[in-house]
Amino acid sequence: MKKLIIVMLSVIALQSIQAQDKYFTKTGKISFDATAPKSPEDIVGVNKTVTCVLDTKTGNLQMAVLMKAFEFERALMQEHFNENYVESHKFPKTEFRGAILPGTSVNYARDGVYPVQVKGKLTMHGQAKDVAAEGKLTVKAGKIQVQSVFTELLADYAVAIPTLVADKVAKNVKITVDCLLEPLK
Amino acid sequence: MKKMITRMVVFCLFCLYAQGMNAQETVLLKLVGEDKPRKEYVKYAFKSPRVINGHSMEFLAPGTMDFRILHRFGLLNQGADNFFGLDQASMRLSFDFGLRRNLMFGVGRSNFKKELDGYIKFAPLMQSTGEGSFPVTVALVAGMTLNTLPWADPTIKNYFSSRLAYYFQTIIGRKISEGLTLQISPTLVHHNLVPLQTQPNDVYAVGFGGRAKVSNRMALTWDYFYVANGIETGVNYHPLSVGVDIETGGHVFQLHVSNAAGMNERAFITETTNSWSKGEVRFGFNLSRVFQIRKNKKLTQ
Repeated sequence: MKKLIIVMLSVIALQSIQAQDKYFTKTGKISFDATAPKSPEDIVGVNKTVTCVLDTKTGNLQMAVLMKAFEFERALMQEHFNENYVESHKFPKTEFRGAILPGTSVNYARDGVYPVQVKGKLTMHGQAKDVAAEGKLTVKAGKIQVQSVFTELLADYAVAIPTLVADKVAKNVKITVDCLLEPLK
Repeated sequence: MKKMITRMVVFCLFCLYAQGMNAQETVLLKLVGEDKPRKEYVKYAFKSPRVINGHSMEFLAPGTMDFRILHRFGLLNQGADNFFGLDQASMRLSFDFGLRRNLMFGVGRSNFKKELDGYIKFAPLMQSTGEGSFPVTVALVAGMTLNTLPWADPTIKNYFSSRLAYYFQTIIGRKISEGLTLQISPTLVHHNLVPLQTQPNDVYAVGFGGRAKVSNRMALTWDYFYVANGIETGVNYHPLSVGVDIETGGHVFQLHVSNAAGMNERAFITETTNSWSKGEVRFGFNLSRVFQIRKNKKLTQ
């Protein structure tokens, strides 16, 4: 009887110790490309301070992006992005809360590249939308790299493009995610 | 005993289950913890480094050049014969350059008095939020104007220095909210030579400028200078300009009405000869186009 209790308790204890199933970064990279065929210049923003957390046990994946941290080649573009399009003073943070679909099998203990599908809710510019994207996880030397490329429609997030520049800003924006996650201690 | 074991197993399974549930529910992002808000400089207090006539607390971004075309027309009350003043135009062209977050300079030329002007603007303190924040921007401006007209009286001995005037300004401004920016700017204008003995060489003035946003791309602006000395009743007046800033992608249009015709500090502070109370106002505009000269290279790394 006592043995049984000890076994049970140690199982629970082990589980909490074994919480080495969460991985994170605060320096993930997300870039977007809203260049339209008629754009006079590339409309590309890069953010290198993305927070990303992955729970390998549940497959839950969450990201937080500070909009003001997007950088552009041109200062004026950065100003327009913040002031006119995403209104970063009103909506400073974009968040994604979702999960890797259970169907995909990822062996986090073994190095390798695993294609995955992610579904969840993306909240940007005050609008929440269900999104799904394909990506890949690369497990290597105890770290996990999360990568994905997907497109989102600006209109879905109430980002208005004035008619004057309607053909110079793409309606569909290509988003590239690249986060290298380390074990969360 | 068996019952006990069964209960135990059920309890343990429940514990495991609850733990699993718990993990599902937590906001993972909270596990990482929020960073302390870092020091962040307040940007976009004005759409342009000029309120209307006077300098604003805003700086050009490093690596950019602002090409500005300014027009001041004749008095509106001239009526339809002169197309409400639009038949006459005085203008100034200028190039302003952003060097650092808090350092810029510019040169310009006005056709009135064929006057060249240049200035350097530096902010030792900038409005910021987060750790080590500061409530206002304090900017210092030093400028100079050079009159290049032929000498009024070539028969006397003329000195080059007589063509020069200087101005020094401190701008204290705050972006109070996303929609409202206010600033106050004590100014000294020094003429090396004044036309009349009764006119002071040093003129002191205080500027009051502001912006109220109407929408993301449009704002109301006002720019007033209280001139403390050297105002002669019926001759010159305190300059007041009221306008709208309209941003259209690459350009900023600053449309306004004003009693001032001058387009540099010396001219609009000491040579405003029209009066709002007499209905002597004119239409004018500043057109600003910002070019990126040096691109942000950090991106490609």
